[in-house]
Amino acid sequence: MHLIDVVKRCGVFVVIVWLAASLNFFLPKLSGQDPVRTKLLQQAQLGGYVQQGIDEMVKVYEARFGLDRPMWQQYLSYLGDVARLDFNYSIASYPRTVSSMIAEAVPWTVGLLGMTTLLSFVIGTILGALLAWPRAPRWMAWLMPPLWALHAIPFFLLGLILMYVFAFQVPLLPIFGGYSAGARPELTIAFILDVARHAVLPALSIILVATGGWALGMRGMMVTTMGEDYVTFAEGKGLSNLTIFMRYCLRNAILPQVTALALALGQILSGAVLVEVIFGYPGIGALLFQAIRENDHFLIQGIVFTVIVALGLTTLILDLFYPLLDPRISYRRT
Amino acid sequence: MPQAARFADPPQAGSPDEVYQAIVWGFRSTRPAGPIRHDRTTRMSGFLRYLRRNKSLVLGSALLLFLALFVIIGHFLVDVEDARALSVRPLQPPSWRYPFGTDRQGRDLLAVMVAGTPLTLRIGFIAGFLGVGIGTVLAFVAAYYRGWADTIIRGIADIGLTVPGLLILIIIAVSIPGGLSVNQMAIVVASLAWLNPTRTIRAQVLSLRERGYVEIARMSGMSGPAIILFELMPNLLPYLAATLVNAVSSAILASIGLEVLGLGPIDAPTLGMTLYWVNFNAAMINGWWWWWTAPTVIIVLVFLGLFFVTVGLDEIANPRLRKSA
Repeated sequence: MHLIDVVKRCGVFVVIVWLAASLNFFLPKLSGQDPVRTKLLQQAQLGGYVQQGIDEMVKVYEARFGLDRPMWQQYLSYLGDVARLDFNYSIASYPRTVSSMIAEAVPWTVGLLGMTTLLSFVIGTILGALLAWPRAPRWMAWLMPPLWALHAIPFFLLGLILMYVFAFQVPLLPIFGGYSAGARPELTIAFILDVARHAVLPALSIILVATGGWALGMRGMMVTTMGEDYVTFAEGKGLSNLTIFMRYCLRNAILPQVTALALALGQILSGAVLVEVIFGYPGIGALLFQAIRENDHFLIQGIVFTVIVALGLTTLILDLFYPLLDPRISYRRT
Repeated sequence: MPQAARFADPPQAGSPDEVYQAIVWGFRSTRPAGPIRHDRTTRMSGFLRYLRRNKSLVLGSALLLFLALFVIIGHFLVDVEDARALSVRPLQPPSWRYPFGTDRQGRDLLAVMVAGTPLTLRIGFIAGFLGVGIGTVLAFVAAYYRGWADTIIRGIADIGLTVPGLLILIIIAVSIPGGLSVNQMAIVVASLAWLNPTRTIRAQVLSLRERGYVEIARMSGMSGPAIILFELMPNLLPYLAATLVNAVSSAILASIGLEVLGLGPIDAPTLGMTLYWVNFNAAMINGWWWWWTAPTVIIVLVFLGLFFVTVGLDEIANPRLRKSA
């Protein structure tokens, strides 16, 4: 692996992060909205009347948030803050900082998303490989149409249906939340089981839908790989079916799948955000929903930035690991 | 290869090759001079025979046709004005008077579905067409001319695709003061919809431009845009159609996602906004099952229909995917 290509790839990551930060900064400013003034006016509306000194209040808060300095100064200090992961205070939940709110929500999302992506990728890949293999059991072919049909619908729709069937009609699983109301978040077996129980429905709605997609892709890859010359050669050599399946076909077909995984991460995250909103699961998605409802611009910007950085990092790691899977690649210049 | 058939025998009547030619080369003569055929097959019957084998396309088109009929007939059966809030008695379960029930704000849900499905589909189609249109132009420019145009376009598309689209759409939607109308939302979704088509079409054009007939066209003095329009584009039409349906599907998904989060046009009876109100009013826990069943079923039908049509078009575009008869 050439070092210069690794450096270039990391450079792309830095560019993505910088672009995300700039987009976050400039887009809301372009619209001319003043989040502090809007929020104060909202509060005044709730109170019933707009009091005398509201303009002075807006000025003081703007000075506090640093919104009265010239644009380039704000931009530079914003970049500096963001580099230290300081996303300012949350407007709606002042004095909580955005970083603390995100830090609370991230473990939930990472747990849900990491587990479901991994499970659906592994199950889907194995299923797809078996479906393409002509000597697989016949009943496997019946698995394909339902998975195929399922994978076309968005995650949260299946979540709604599952929620109705398994949480409302037959009260088997909890209907929303990350853990039971009133439970103390501590590291006991009871709490962990509680969390697991609450995570089943959201996780299932993602897994059932995503598996179909991976199975479909893997089946296509396997069909292409099984047509290659080296597989015919292996069969001619008299190798066992298992060896040909695992070490000749599977190993080669899995490479485009991993690329597809890196590309699909953004989509999976978007879908998971909506699933969390539907289920009230206390992750990044629910936090984002709350921020949108409360017009909390700093929180929205902080979440979007964090997600983009996390995704960029994951894609970077996957890209750097890819040559380990495929020794032929070793970062050739395309 | 469609081009190679000029110098070979005409294809068998009713075969996939004939159908493929019929579709792609519709505006050119597809019957090169050759032995007179004595069977009386027409292009149409060949097309229908092909459809019998491409069940995906038939199923998808049937689903979409069913939805179109539902909307059209529904306009006659139901007063579309009832899709506004405070029109009818709220929270009625499905009955003969209100076949889909009513919601908490007094909307007749059948009217909402009949009025909202075309709105959602419209957002998807506008955004999809815009996205594929822009994407095609950019992809051809990047893949045919290469050079720095290619580097810039490919760089933007790759970076844009790494980022989860929904989040950028959220930032854009939140930044626009005073909510979005249906058409504004289509434009917002279209602003990101061109990224994927650009990349996939560019890959196709890259492989196509090395073909023999492109070389010949170049050497015979055809200008770049003429080659793109008359040589490359017709060969890509099936692929463009598949990409278009895919883009429409993603655009509808993105718009529904934005609406469920509450960033959509707040007084439009679209499918996503209905789901937003379902979430807002905790309809699931309150037992108003009819409120979320209707939009869910329709969204599932829309996505299944679009998905099967995409698979069917993929099979036309990529002959290797066809099952042997």
